[in-house]
Amino acid sequence: MIDDLDYQLLAAVQQGLPIVARPYLQIAEQLGLDEQQVIDRLVRLKNQALIKRWCVVVKHRPLGYRANAMIVIAVPMALIDSIAAKIIQHSFVNLCYQRPQQGERWPYNLYCMIHGKDRDTVLQQWAELQQACELSQYRSEILFSRRCFKQRGAIYQPKP
Amino acid sequence: MLSPLHKQLLNNYQQDFPLTATPYLSIAEQLGVSEDQVLSAFQSLSQQNYISRIGPVITPNSIGASALVAMAIPEADLQRVADLISAYPNVNHNYERENRFNLWFVLMADDSGQLETLISEIEQQTGYAAMLLPMLADYYINLGFELNLND
Repeated sequence: MIDDLDYQLLAAVQQGLPIVARPYLQIAEQLGLDEQQVIDRLVRLKNQALIKRWCVVVKHRPLGYRANAMIVIAVPMALIDSIAAKIIQHSFVNLCYQRPQQGERWPYNLYCMIHGKDRDTVLQQWAELQQACELSQYRSEILFSRRCFKQRGAIYQPKP
Repeated sequence: MLSPLHKQLLNNYQQDFPLTATPYLSIAEQLGVSEDQVLSAFQSLSQQNYISRIGPVITPNSIGASALVAMAIPEADLQRVADLISAYPNVNHNYERENRFNLWFVLMADDSGQLETLISEIEQQTGYAAMLLPMLADYYINLGFELNLND
């Protein structure tokens, strides 16, 4: 179980750990905890899989990964898990999700992301993926990103 | 240009960052440099916008509710609508994509009820319909980016 203090802790760290010698101590002082309690709680939240990763979150655009494509595919529901299992075997695929179909205006249920250095490389990878996973028979679209208006970690408000 | 130390800091800690009282010292010891070098390197990476933060990646939907949202906005109105949406503290990853659905963002809420309320508010404020696309299954996540140390 997680308690109110966990929410306060997540709210305090979500914008990033301070870059000082004793960062967990600084967070602890904000919350009226001691340093070890902060570390223990973060370890527990990680063990509970509420925190998926505790890490350096890198921005991909400044690092030269400028071609970011979201690919959407309309696959039969009966096959979606097995098709996804084939897709994620390709190391250039960064994310793969199922989302609900929206009728004819947006019939897609399988989403995957390829972050690549340039557009041509991503298009080649998509062609390779279509062939390897026999995706050409399904309706699909590739959506390259253009402007990034906002990129930031999830914001969780502490419970009142 | 990124120094070898900057690249190591970016490459090696995308999965795991030390949960020790002095994490930057732990990293310094792993890499054979001083704690001050690690602190100043992270400060410059942060200032130069190479890293978003050092901190948690929360498991989707483990706290509250979230959904990907797509909207189809006429090009001439896109900046105005994007700015309105970015102003919401509940919104992250607001992107333009090449498609008739050209605005894509992630919306976070305490629960699915608040999610619906926020969507109605956004539709009303912008004057355009929004398509709510919550995640139903997560097959895989690998958001690590490998930097070539020899670049």
